[in-house]
Amino acid sequence: MNWYRRVTPRERQEWFFAFCLLSPAVLMLSIFVLYPFSKGLWLSVLNTEVAIPGEFIGLKNFIKLWNDQIFRRTAQNTILYTIAATILKLGLGMIVALLLNQLIGFKRIIRASMLLPWIVPTILSALAWKWMFDPTFSVISFFLFHLGITSKQISWLGGPVLSLTSVIIVNAWRGMPFFAITLLAGLQTITPTLYEAAAIDGASGWQRFWYVTWPLLMPVTMVVVLFSVIMTFADFQLVYILTGGGPANSTHLFATYAYQIGIGTGKISEGAAVSLAMFPFLFLIVIFQLWYIRRGEEVKEESKKKRRGR
Amino acid sequence: MIVSRRSKRWFYLYIPLGAILIGTLFPFYWMGVTAFRPDRELYVAWNQPNFNPFFTLRPTLEHFAFLFQETLFKRWLLNTLFISLLSTGISLFCGLLAGYAIARLRFPLAGPIGTWIFITYLVPPTLLFIPLGEVVRTFHLGDTPWALILTYPTFLIPFCTWLLMGYFRTIPKELEECAQIDGASRLQAMVRIVFPLALPGILSAGIFAFTLSWNEFLYALIFISSAHQKTVSVGVVSELVRGDTFFWGSLMAGALMGSVPVAFIYSFFVEQYVSALSGAVKG
Repeated sequence: MNWYRRVTPRERQEWFFAFCLLSPAVLMLSIFVLYPFSKGLWLSVLNTEVAIPGEFIGLKNFIKLWNDQIFRRTAQNTILYTIAATILKLGLGMIVALLLNQLIGFKRIIRASMLLPWIVPTILSALAWKWMFDPTFSVISFFLFHLGITSKQISWLGGPVLSLTSVIIVNAWRGMPFFAITLLAGLQTITPTLYEAAAIDGASGWQRFWYVTWPLLMPVTMVVVLFSVIMTFADFQLVYILTGGGPANSTHLFATYAYQIGIGTGKISEGAAVSLAMFPFLFLIVIFQLWYIRRGEEVKEESKKKRRGR
Repeated sequence: MIVSRRSKRWFYLYIPLGAILIGTLFPFYWMGVTAFRPDRELYVAWNQPNFNPFFTLRPTLEHFAFLFQETLFKRWLLNTLFISLLSTGISLFCGLLAGYAIARLRFPLAGPIGTWIFITYLVPPTLLFIPLGEVVRTFHLGDTPWALILTYPTFLIPFCTWLLMGYFRTIPKELEECAQIDGASRLQAMVRIVFPLALPGILSAGIFAFTLSWNEFLYALIFISSAHQKTVSVGVVSELVRGDTFFWGSLMAGALMGSVPVAFIYSFFVEQYVSALSGAVKG
């Protein structure tokens, strides 16, 4: 137990330096992340409302949510939204990355304009989509009509199923560039010799993708997918602008429902409980992500050792 | 049948890429056309014969004039700029120091602190907004720009730290050690040798952080209530929509004006932005 004695003055100096360097970041994150998080946990077991301090009521907020039809619908929506949007983004993003990777001229300008939906403030581009979805003035209906697909008025954000679909499409539109650009960065690290070898062995285009590209891209894909799943699951802006959770509360996500209850009607504690309902899922994803990154590092270390051994 | 290489390339590359590109950019085109279109042309139903979506022969600036004369749009732009610059500055400062410490120094708890910062990077703002609103109120920051300047770093610091940490690791340690042998202190070696070498990384982190804070919506919606304190995204959404009436012309003009600054900065630093984007993922 003499670890303290073995610390040399030089080491102690280094510790002190590290402490000084870390303190601004740690201080900020403690006040504005750690403290609100514990405060959120505490609020969720009270019955606080705006201007009412509230008392301890145990898990009543959560029990109330469990029996709340809208909350159940919200949970279903969020899961559906996350899965559908992520699959769309991954599929489209992969296609775009593969296409961009073959491009020879105008690379920079095309890549740059492809990223625009991701750069521009989501709330503002969502407004443009809302205008495009307007039942009376919709330019999308105009296209579909002239392509001979439909002749009726389509109320894009009117019915529960269609409006959730519309929001999923907009989410995919916004998130696709992020997938495409990061997957493209991954694609560019794959050496062409692997494809040449596969081609010599007689692999078709699809086989080359499935047996060479996909497994080599897996680490990048995993990180992008997990990151995007977190952000999609916790999305707020698109639903807030496009449907506001309607019609008749049928398109809420956790975040918009929490906003409606906590800020809209002022039931702060219940709102905090709705937000916290996201936590178990997010926690699992983060744990999985940490595990995946660790495992990747271990594999790298081992392969390094092996190479040194030779 | 012999398909020439060239037509194959059109079929498998240019046509699909072109189609996707049109889909990607159309909403922006539509935003632009709407912003310049006079109202009486705007509100024509899509199934009317005179619905002409793609251009207008009578472009007008009336929506922009409305925006700048009748609303506080100029003020919102300045607010957003001020808030984004300051919160980016704070986050870069914290991220630089913390990133250096985690990448370079040996001290107990280095691993757990690094992991903790990574986890806060993954905490979405929507998880904490209600209690954070209470915290903002306790500090009497509500309805001031400081409510946003101090809360945006919660998602910017982890990002900056993570990105810069990776960047510092690529700078050889020997450079610092040489400086220290020549009599520089650790602090001097860090500020004079490592930070200048990390400038591209700092630029990437700064640009990315700036666009993130420019685009933020939820906190600005909740923490700010008076019209002259609002940011662009909240101002446009809350002041240009009256009840159920959407003033589409000025809404799209506002959306265009709010998008142009970030798109402009981005167009100059595409490479930095892309490296930050893919660097953030690779960690």
